[in-house]
Amino acid sequence: MKIHEYQAKQILLKYGVPVQNGIPIKDMSEFDGALSTLQSHGINQFVVKSQIHAGGRGKGKVYNPANREELILDGGVKFTTDAVKAKEYAEKILGNLLVTHQTGEEGKLVQTLFITEGLDYTHEFYIGILLDRTVGKNVIMASTEGGVEIEKVAAETPEKIIKEWVDPNIGLQPFQIRRLAFGLGLEGEVFKNFVPFIKTLYKAYEESDASLIEINPMAILNDKKIVALDAKMTLDDNAMFRHKDYPELRDTNEEDPLEVEASKYNLNYVKLDGNVGCMVNGAGLAMATMDIIKLAGGDPANFLDVGGGASKETVENGFKIILTDPNVKAILVNIFGGIVRCDRVAGGIIEAAKNIHITVPVVVRLAGTNADIAKKMLDESGLNIISADGFKDAAEKITQVLNN
Amino acid sequence: MSVLVGKNTRLMVQGITGSEGSFHTRQIIEYGTNVVAGVTPGKGGTLFDEKVPIFNTCKEAVEKAGANTSVIFVPPAFALDAILEAADSGVDVIVTITEGIPTKDMITAKNYLEDLNKAGRNIRMVGPNCPGVITPGFCKIGIMPGFIHLPGRVGLISRSGTLTYEAVAQLTALGLGQSTCIGIGGDPIIGTNFIDAMKLFNEDKDTDAVIMIGEIGGNAEETCAEYVKKYMTKPVVGFIAGRTAPPGRRMGHAGAIIAGGKGTAEDKIKAMRDAGIYVAESPAEMGTMVKLALDEFKAKKAKSKSTLKKTAEKSKPKSSKPKAAAKKKLKAVSKKKKPVKKLKVSKSSKPKVKKLIKKKKK
Repeated sequence: MKIHEYQAKQILLKYGVPVQNGIPIKDMSEFDGALSTLQSHGINQFVVKSQIHAGGRGKGKVYNPANREELILDGGVKFTTDAVKAKEYAEKILGNLLVTHQTGEEGKLVQTLFITEGLDYTHEFYIGILLDRTVGKNVIMASTEGGVEIEKVAAETPEKIIKEWVDPNIGLQPFQIRRLAFGLGLEGEVFKNFVPFIKTLYKAYEESDASLIEINPMAILNDKKIVALDAKMTLDDNAMFRHKDYPELRDTNEEDPLEVEASKYNLNYVKLDGNVGCMVNGAGLAMATMDIIKLAGGDPANFLDVGGGASKETVENGFKIILTDPNVKAILVNIFGGIVRCDRVAGGIIEAAKNIHITVPVVVRLAGTNADIAKKMLDESGLNIISADGFKDAAEKITQVLNN
Repeated sequence: MSVLVGKNTRLMVQGITGSEGSFHTRQIIEYGTNVVAGVTPGKGGTLFDEKVPIFNTCKEAVEKAGANTSVIFVPPAFALDAILEAADSGVDVIVTITEGIPTKDMITAKNYLEDLNKAGRNIRMVGPNCPGVITPGFCKIGIMPGFIHLPGRVGLISRSGTLTYEAVAQLTALGLGQSTCIGIGGDPIIGTNFIDAMKLFNEDKDTDAVIMIGEIGGNAEETCAEYVKKYMTKPVVGFIAGRTAPPGRRMGHAGAIIAGGKGTAEDKIKAMRDAGIYVAESPAEMGTMVKLALDEFKAKKAKSKSTLKKTAEKSKPKSSKPKAAAKKKLKAVSKKKKPVKKLKVSKSSKPKVKKLIKKKKK
């Protein structure tokens, strides 16, 4: 689960990682209160930061959602020493579209702003913590190329990324942090501040069951103190059961409304741009079904895994979700029955199709126990269902109905 | 015969009294697997379905019932503990079916298993979040439908569940039986990866070819391809799911995500092709590709054998026989061989096939 910068910083602060002061607002009516709170702490430099689940905010552009041609502001993160100017920035960003290199052309609606203290700094670095899948250990990555996209650094100057792998038996050790520090060329007071910074950051990563923390940049202030100026954090969905407060951190505004709806029914749905809806049991088979649609000349409209069982309810909800997408011109159902009997799945599909008004042709391929009985049931249902004999046949029948 | 599990497997089921555990244990027993024990803390001393003894601890199941393999069906919150207990109890193979185990827990589990193995044990875990392992005809450990499988000589390794069944069904329909099918699971951290499984099949004398079914995310397929290029003595077929998946989106499996431009299907397919792996473009062609790979491999082998013979004949000093006769002889040999090939793919009884193949190898 992705979370916002302000939420990540709240978690980091709990573990003692230094972050700048800041207050999130969701409405302009909260702006003055937030600003005066910051001012009461003696703060007179401000940053207005868009909160969206995508990177490249500072270099992004803010557009009017009603008129996408109208550029309102250059940059989704704004620094100023002027309180009036800060409010002006906030007004220009909140409720408008932010387009960055990560959001795609459609951009993302900014629904939260993070009003923070503006700090002067001398250096910026990159720090990232994540799982190295190849060795099954967490790795800390550090680079002098702060404020730059790490993928770019990795591609162009990989030698500028220093890595330390954490041994699960002993955890992150001080000597490893020292190696990172010396690798970055830190010394004196900065070096002294770096060691506890990384120590607490790693503790936050482990204890909060994060699957990614990126501090980009980590800034060295004029007084040699270290602060996480930005924070990107992803939490492990599988660990939700031991963090009862995590569901509140989910911002459904950041997700596709259809995906949010699907998740309510425990369906795994990812929206795509094509015209063939598909409903499959199992993630691998779902991906393979998308692939074969493409090979047959169609274009998948979604990824949808209805899980192992494929009961009447899940099938019905699956159809509803798929049909909400106006681009869908045909639906391919691909269920490998396995332990579940195909005639039961077919019964579920027929009932679901009767309950909801399906306006597009549906091609159904069922494999496993009683597949022949299931096929007969579908053929005789009198519904707009075309049964297919195999994987390939299903994809070909889909292209046939699309071409008609 | 087969890898990981087979006729010597003595299985214990952790979480045997849970809803998933009990349902699948019945299926596993029905398939013919030797289930010797169940483990549910607090229910020790009772019987599952009036036949399988339940113990409070894995240690007891190993000591009293002689379990050497464990399958884990316990919920994610207790899965780490269950894996560690199984490993500590002395079993050699642990198959973890449970889906949704936190990554942090899997780091701990994998590390513990590695430590035990460094200290002299030889434990292998398969999973988590996987369909399990099956040696058709002998032993099913997992949630896969047993009936789609056919005993035979093709090894299968897959990150997926139902896509594996699809591949198995295609193989079976072509008469290509399977030696062992290993569902390695779709999580970022797994006990047995592609290379581990590939090595097992490379060393297994009853496996003639291997099909690996991968998907987007990570680089396990690429590293396995390197292994195949260097060491594999058997034909390998590959398929990668997720060519049409968009970057940055998790496609169901926690591990199936293209991150930072890495882990794309194109990269994996390229790595496999470079390693001489037969890549199935379409998921509908996984089975036929295995058949093609096997046929080509045999043809190549036969060819190299016949050229060897040819040179041997040539080098004979008293070559009074004309070349044509030698050729005829060769033809006769290759003709004789044909029925073997056919037999191998046909569903005819297993022992016969084995004998014939052994002869051929000699």
